[in-house]
Amino acid sequence: MKRALLDALLAARADKVPAALVTRLADGEQALILPNNVQGNAELAAAAQEAAQSVLRHDRPSTIETAEGPVFVNAFNPALRLVLVGAVHISQALAPMASLAGYQVCVVDPRRAFTADHRFPGVEVATEWPDDALARLVPDHRTAVVTLTHDPKIDDPALHAALKSEAFYIGSLGSTRTHAARLKRLAQAGFSEAECARIHGPVGLSIGAKSPAEIAVAVLAQITQVLHDGAAA
Amino acid sequence: MAETQASQDDVLATAAQWRDAGRGVALATVVSTWGSSPRPVGSQLVVDDQSRFLGSVSGGCVEGAVVAEALQVIADGTPRRLDYGVSHEEAWDVGLACGGKISIFVEKLE
Repeated sequence: MKRALLDALLAARADKVPAALVTRLADGEQALILPNNVQGNAELAAAAQEAAQSVLRHDRPSTIETAEGPVFVNAFNPALRLVLVGAVHISQALAPMASLAGYQVCVVDPRRAFTADHRFPGVEVATEWPDDALARLVPDHRTAVVTLTHDPKIDDPALHAALKSEAFYIGSLGSTRTHAARLKRLAQAGFSEAECARIHGPVGLSIGAKSPAEIAVAVLAQITQVLHDGAAA
Repeated sequence: MAETQASQDDVLATAAQWRDAGRGVALATVVSTWGSSPRPVGSQLVVDDQSRFLGSVSGGCVEGAVVAEALQVIADGTPRRLDYGVSHEEAWDVGLACGGKISIFVEKLE
């Protein structure tokens, strides 16, 4: 690997932009495919361009056959992120679980009493209103957003922002009845049925979860399922 | 993130640092797996010319053999593709008893 290519890859990591590193296995010739440009061997990049986009979208590095012979495409995607709206008991369990599973976690709650530092050691906590927080965080296709407050004043602005984003998962805590009322409010706010179908509610896989930690397991399991079902499609 | 293994970024940054320090450096990357294998495709290991390494390509099964090959790659600059699996007699010698096969690409950092 040429040093200039490694430096370009490290710069992409620092800038949090996706990068695909293409390696021709016969001789080690390489190209780096970035969102707006290509570094290294241009012919190799052109031959692998389509496969590289698929590898990045599904985050599945793989060896593929091309006009240039077998090439390996490695994926360097921005980190997975999880935005938890509501600094509640479920969040206290879900934040460390999601960290272990590789997510950068941000807990958002404008209610100061809920966000005292000792409740979320080592986790980023934002005390902005959710619409402001999500405008700053810009959820992308590697971001999950979960609302957990039950309070329309806090959850709804977060859902509006999440539905307008590329977030790969949107979940919202609440019973079937609460969720039906929520969908009605979203429809009144102008969101279509298809848009609202992106929201997983009641949130989490149905595993009989009762305690906050069990509900956190159910939510993280569902996020994982959506992440990988998307990859398998 | 509470991970004990080196992250992808740690491995890449370390490769650059070691090269800056004037050491010979090779990168090993898992390019294919079949059956069960402990580390996913894309996992990387960085090796220097003193056999120091960071990262993981198999969770400890074949790292020793990969490091030995990496020293050759650092010496002659020619990339190599290494295959390990239970179908090979030496698989047991290098310790890949988990029942999988892996293919690893080793290249020198120029």
